[in-house]
Amino acid sequence: MSDITTGGAGRGANGGEGPLLSVEGLVKHFKLDPKGLFDAPPILRAVDGVDFDVMRGETLGLVGESGCGKSTTARLVLRLIEPTAGSVTLDDVDVLACSKKELLALRREMQIVFQDPLSSLNPRMSVGNQIAEPLRFHGIGDKVDRFDRAREFLEVVGLSSDYYDRLPHEFSGGQNQRVAIARALILRPKLLILDEPVSALDVSIRAQILRLLIDLQGRFQLTYVFISHDLSVVKRFCNRTAVLYLGRIVEIAESESLYREPLHPYSQALISAIPEANPDGPRADSLGGLEGDVPSPISPPTGCPFHTRCPHRMPECSERTPVLKEVKPGHQVACFLH
Amino acid sequence: MSEPVLSVRGLKTHFRLRTGTLKAVDGLSFELQAGRVLCIVGESGSGKSVTAQSIMRLIELPGRIVDGDISFRDQDLLALTEHEMEDLRGNRIGMIFQDPMTSLNPVFTIGEQIVETIIAHTGASKEEARARAVELMRLVGIPEPEGRLTDYPHQFSGGMRQRVLIAIAIACEPDILIADEPTTALDVTIQAQILRLLSDIQKKLGSAMILITHDLGVVSAMADDVLVMYSGRMVEYGDVKTIFRNPRHPYTLGLLDSIIKLDDSRESELRSISGLPPIPINPPPGCAFRDRCVKAMDVCGTQDPPWVETATGSTAVCHAVEAEEGAAGAGQGAAP
Amino acid sequence: MTDAPGLHGQSMRQRSAADLRRENLHIMWRTLTLAWHAYAKDKAAVGALIFMIIVVLIAIFAPYISPHDPTEAVGTRGGLPGTDGLLLGGDMDGRDMLSRLFWGGRVSLLIGVVPTVAATFIAVVLGLFAGYIGGWADQVVMRILDVFFAFPLVLLAIVIAGILDPGVATLILSITVALVPYIARLVRTTTVSVKQEPYIEAARAGGATTPTILTRYILPNMLAPVIVYSTTLIGLMMVVGSGLSFLGLGIQPPDADWGTMVSDGRAVLKRAPHATAFPGFVIVIVSLAFSFIGDGLRDALDPRARVR
Repeated sequence: MSDITTGGAGRGANGGEGPLLSVEGLVKHFKLDPKGLFDAPPILRAVDGVDFDVMRGETLGLVGESGCGKSTTARLVLRLIEPTAGSVTLDDVDVLACSKKELLALRREMQIVFQDPLSSLNPRMSVGNQIAEPLRFHGIGDKVDRFDRAREFLEVVGLSSDYYDRLPHEFSGGQNQRVAIARALILRPKLLILDEPVSALDVSIRAQILRLLIDLQGRFQLTYVFISHDLSVVKRFCNRTAVLYLGRIVEIAESESLYREPLHPYSQALISAIPEANPDGPRADSLGGLEGDVPSPISPPTGCPFHTRCPHRMPECSERTPVLKEVKPGHQVACFLH
Repeated sequence: MSEPVLSVRGLKTHFRLRTGTLKAVDGLSFELQAGRVLCIVGESGSGKSVTAQSIMRLIELPGRIVDGDISFRDQDLLALTEHEMEDLRGNRIGMIFQDPMTSLNPVFTIGEQIVETIIAHTGASKEEARARAVELMRLVGIPEPEGRLTDYPHQFSGGMRQRVLIAIAIACEPDILIADEPTTALDVTIQAQILRLLSDIQKKLGSAMILITHDLGVVSAMADDVLVMYSGRMVEYGDVKTIFRNPRHPYTLGLLDSIIKLDDSRESELRSISGLPPIPINPPPGCAFRDRCVKAMDVCGTQDPPWVETATGSTAVCHAVEAEEGAAGAGQGAAP
Repeated sequence: MTDAPGLHGQSMRQRSAADLRRENLHIMWRTLTLAWHAYAKDKAAVGALIFMIIVVLIAIFAPYISPHDPTEAVGTRGGLPGTDGLLLGGDMDGRDMLSRLFWGGRVSLLIGVVPTVAATFIAVVLGLFAGYIGGWADQVVMRILDVFFAFPLVLLAIVIAGILDPGVATLILSITVALVPYIARLVRTTTVSVKQEPYIEAARAGGATTPTILTRYILPNMLAPVIVYSTTLIGLMMVVGSGLSFLGLGIQPPDADWGTMVSDGRAVLKRAPHATAFPGFVIVIVSLAFSFIGDGLRDALDPRARVR
């Protein structure tokens, strides 16, 4: 049964050079239902040209408000949905060129944990069996192996292996999220995408799950892509952070540097809008932030997508689209101010 | 201190379930002072939303208010008929809900929904009500209000819908505004806008406000007073600076410690409260927090914790705090 | 199979396959017990179940427990209950009511249960296909079913029964065909909503293939409301079957089901009301029992209602 235990190790051509994940020019346009019978279908530009690399063992944060395309990006990387354009390379393997069979093999290398732990688990299957499911999908081990392996992973995520037969509704949100993490890890992937993994959890539980994730990262040599709308969590958890707005990355940098010195006006606004749990922090009337709403991704503004809400907008912002450029080592921003 | 606008005493709201009695709110007492913002903080299942629904008398079976009294100025809310209560809701007490998507009726225009509330409570004519609706929409920062009166809820963004709900809630200049997680469903930049608006409106109208939230950042930005709830009961109460600077109850301490702050470094320790919140179905006697508490003593499992007025200015409901205060008091007494 | 080292190098084989089978049996047994507890909380459902077991037993053993031959006149025409030594009296031809009710139950249950079960099977296959694949498959299957749907169930059954030779088999076939669209629509809607649950996406991300998703994820989560719905249809189908027999398309005299007994009784309604009342009463009670059982199943099949 060497198959189950070797996990990620030994597969893939590249042992440690270069990025683990590389995303280039990723685009996803959804065709919506046309309004009238003869109208052209409106196009929702969910992801509109995203590039980033994720190094081995690092954690990259993707932040942005709803509709910025962060969850769509995750699904594109995993090829749960097919992109309109662009390329995704995992460990020197072109994810988008894979055949169905190759994709199945590739699923062992990259897994995902979703936001709502309860609804991401089958309500009618015991948590132990759900953890063992991916082994079943890939035909790894026999029933007994899978059973033992799932019990082992229950313990790995800090649950008792006696909980094997419980159903998800008997667990709290935090416990179910542990189950979802165990299910994602049982194939020993190299890349784990965490899509708002603590957003649905209570404050006092969040840190428990984050600690577990940090712990597992060291133990299993994992690389994380961490998606969240909560900047404090992203900053605490990620080595580097990318800020998304309307399907594009507007700034990407080391987390410390991004928070100390945000360069893009949108990043600045996001940071100043967070109310701090601090008696000397800003009161509601002095909270920063932005006027207006995020424009619809069906008819995004021309030029820089942010120019409609930007306090520093200039004439050229509505004419040309700024591209990401490195203004300091490791700090890229897409803005004409820099 | 002035007369409280609202006082809640010994409120118990229980839900009868197949598996037992869920004591969602179990003996809650507090006062809301005129013109002040009281934040009720707690995690899911702490009973904070049920408290708001109890004040509005919106509890539905299998839930029931089994004990306690709620007085609004000199009126006993629990003694009012349903009809009198309907008169009060949306008129003297306005409510804003968490989900702006589902709190508006999708088949009526925004204008119709605001106008209807105004007419129902003030008996104004249709024209007067319409003029007032436009004025309210401008007040809550909806651009081009005249044009948007005839729009339907789905044509508004989440943030704009929450503004509409605020406009409806303040239409009759209520004495109390109750906001139940008003920004939880919104993005950060929109949340900042709505918090600014709520604070602004509350000051303009001079009404008292109860803001229910799980987000201590929101508390810090909005509250004058803070009430921390755990498992259907109050654990600590005090003004906002006291609660943040000198929290005394172990739960409040743990909660404040669990928050991840922007200026935390990647090396800083991630703290949490161990264990899970209990589900208050047929709860045993004593303190509900004892299993997760770092200061738990034997007495915590047998006797309900006492109310302690602390030297630092808050009220904590805790055996350990009582012991600390006792020791400190004795120490002070002996010193001079 | 040899021992494999686990994460920490310890032996992973803590159990044999036989142990695991035993444990699984134990878990199944416990799940059944919990499901029964959830069902048993509904007293009406328990009563209905006991009642139906008795009815089914009577139908099965009708040849042995009937006091008379149901097709032979043994008393006066339309004799009231108690006359000629007949407990429930005689029908318009003087046949024993009680025996006819016992025998009629066989046919009535058959035309209630068999078409509903058969239609549920077909509908699950069609509905799953349409709902899961979506797009053109959905359009083709559902539009064809819509055509059937456009005719009232009874009318459709009449057409089918009219083309074929009358008899119990025709009756069952026609009711089955007429019933499929009703159940398939429910299957399809439920499938579409289950398909959008995040746990389906989670399974896909884990590497699950379409057949696995259908059988292990969608089917178990979609089946409960369908079973509940189908159960409540059984009673209704008994009445529909009777209606068809009344039109001469189903059961041929002298055999009878409860429905034909009601219609036969009409001829002597004023003189012998019991000839209509008894079978009518039985139909009502049995239909009710099935809908109570459906209510109980709703709880038994809901994992959240199964409290430890």
